Amino acid sequence: MKQRLLLDSTQIDLAITRLCYQLIEVHNDFSNSVLIGIQPRGIHLAQRIHKKLSDVIKKKEILCGNLDITFYRDDFRQKELIPSSTQVSFDIENKNVILIDDVLYSGRTVRAALDAMLALGRPRDVELVVLIDRRLSRNVPIQAKYVGKTVDSIASEKVKVEWKESEGKDSVVLLTEK
Amino acid sequence: MSKLSTPHLLGIKDITTSDIELIFKTADNFKDVINRPIKKVPSLRDITIANLFFESSTRTRISFELAEKRLSADVINFSSASSSVKKGETLIDTVNNILAMKVDMVVMRHPAPGAAHFLSKNVNAKIVNAGDGTHEHPTQALLDAYSIRQKFGKVKGKKVAIVGDILHSRVAISNIYCLKKLGAEVMVCGPTTLIPKYINALGVKVENNLRKALEWCDVANMLRIQLERQDIKYFPSLREYTMQFGLNRALLDSLKKEITIMHPGPINRGVEITSDVADSKQSIILEQVENGVAIRMAVLYLLAGRQEEN
Repeated sequence: MKQRLLLDSTQIDLAITRLCYQLIEVHNDFSNSVLIGIQPRGIHLAQRIHKKLSDVIKKKEILCGNLDITFYRDDFRQKELIPSSTQVSFDIENKNVILIDDVLYSGRTVRAALDAMLALGRPRDVELVVLIDRRLSRNVPIQAKYVGKTVDSIASEKVKVEWKESEGKDSVVLLTEK
Repeated sequence: MSKLSTPHLLGIKDITTSDIELIFKTADNFKDVINRPIKKVPSLRDITIANLFFESSTRTRISFELAEKRLSADVINFSSASSSVKKGETLIDTVNNILAMKVDMVVMRHPAPGAAHFLSKNVNAKIVNAGDGTHEHPTQALLDAYSIRQKFGKVKGKKVAIVGDILHSRVAISNIYCLKKLGAEVMVCGPTTLIPKYINALGVKVENNLRKALEWCDVANMLRIQLERQDIKYFPSLREYTMQFGLNRALLDSLKKEITIMHPGPINRGVEITSDVADSKQSIILEQVENGVAIRMAVLYLLAGRQEEN
């Protein structure tokens, strides 16, 4: 297994900062916008973005939730799926929802997330933020509006995103079999 | 720990502690789902489930049916009263005919102990036991333990008294297996004639005095007297049973501590439990019913999602 570092912790931080300013350009003070991280791996990015946004715009509270999509996946019975919890303590009806995940690959996770989100209400607008966009491997017509870094990779390669909160360090690595 | 150790749910005796914990963890998620405005998830949309009830049931059948519908499964219901069973068809034939119409899972209640095990060995479908005679009722035990876990935060170390007709109760047997696996202490209480002879082999305490049992326990699970299964007289009269083993407000208030009251239903009000106790704040009977749907969703989801080894 060959490893290539795509982003180190400084670069991840820079990318998140840039994503936050892009979000602020569109959503101003987030009075009608909410953040939703996709379980299990999107929540760390959502929390980082939430923290940075709160630092920058100093509004009392920006709403941020976690969405579990296990029961909405289309690959049930093809692999073991372990559900996480959904924590969306606010109403998303007529809100601008910003979905957040770490890697956009086939697009199936986001497809399931759209279904899962609609079970909670009807948002006015939905946008997608990802840290890594593997743009050559989409199975469904879904694309992110805000992208940390675009990566051209083939199916046999893997992108591993690590977070300080779960793995002890921030990094994005491309794994190539050889 | 992401997969059940068994392809069927036949009894609590056959599953492991980590199976139980996995079911509880999954049920937490489903509990969240059924409290949303849209209570449905599409997980089992390609699965057909047959509910075969050879014995009458209200709660269990509705609970299973709701669980199946909230998982988006297709459901067919069968009750023996209006079927060819009356014309002499055997169990295997009945089930195989239903399976020939492409059914993936079978939820079955049957008056004969071991019916679910028998079926699992003879037909090609996933079987969920919804009660087989006086043997086991696994989903009831799971939801009872889950309700205790919800009330106290954990099951381990809790003292549970099961009171009533232990001899004829599949709920009692499944509850004992389940609670022991989760590390609770269990006591059974009832007239000696309604305590099975070999109950000690299950590692439970036996008490014939209701007051002593209640003083000991944190949770009392009150069972119904199953007159329909009693072929001979086990006690002089229902009135005498009620005086000895019926739970009423005065008895509950005279205890030094507050205990939690459970009942698997159907309740015979005024026999094993009085109305003011069943409807009191100490009772979690309706929580049990609510948890039943989440537990059954978890069981069906985990069984349907289990990949078969090739």
